[in-house]
Amino acid sequence: MKAINTARISFQSRSSNEVFARAAVSGFITGLDPTLEELTDVKTAVSEAVTNCIVHAYPGTLGMVNMTLTVYPDRRLVVRITDKGCGIPDVKKAMEPLYTTGNKDERSGLGFAVMQSFMDKVKVVSTAGGGTKVTLTKLLRAREEERT
Amino acid sequence: MLSNVETVQKDGVLTAYLAGEIDHHTAQQLRERLDGEILCAGPAETVLDFGGVSFMDSSGIGLILGRHKLMETLGGTLTVRNTPAQLERILKLAGVGRVESKEGEYAK
Repeated sequence: MKAINTARISFQSRSSNEVFARAAVSGFITGLDPTLEELTDVKTAVSEAVTNCIVHAYPGTLGMVNMTLTVYPDRRLVVRITDKGCGIPDVKKAMEPLYTTGNKDERSGLGFAVMQSFMDKVKVVSTAGGGTKVTLTKLLRAREEERT
Repeated sequence: MLSNVETVQKDGVLTAYLAGEIDHHTAQQLRERLDGEILCAGPAETVLDFGGVSFMDSSGIGLILGRHKLMETLGGTLTVRNTPAQLERILKLAGVGRVESKEGEYAK
């Protein structure tokens, strides 16, 4: 299916850019007239994915985070977030709820669980040392449904 | 200011009124501020009031768990209350359960 709109954004893995990433995706889907719940779901999932890049992909250093936003005629939103950081050695393990390699007192280990709960589909492709690609997909409700 | 916290101390209870957006970036700042206040006041109970929070990702759960551990170490308790509807799903996902009370308070 051919995309009806797309945007590409690159930013440094600074924690202050977490709000920028949320604002960018929020602005991108505003034209689709999403429900408040859909908007919150997408913003939260993006925030989790970008935080993972900052905390885990580039620990103690700065790298680039790339975000591609695409929307299709069936109101399917696809957000692809990629980094060229250290990669995830065991993706299956990383996606287990409560599992974290971060500071256990301050990181909940719920990042992927939140993405999976708030989006329709989450795909993670990663190679140790080669970076990570996270693809988040959500089908936004049809506008007609929202009006009834 | 993306996030803010105002604290009130009364009868051994430290109430922190959180406001704005809580993500990994702002959680670091809130954590430093809250821990400073808790360690200084040594309250029997710390209450995190989320009434003014407009956005929160799982970093907010980390913020709650970290303060819960700190209060446990100090022999006190932590209560989470006044959570906006959009925070309910993420709290539920983290297993932050409801405590039966008429105020509808939450506690870990």
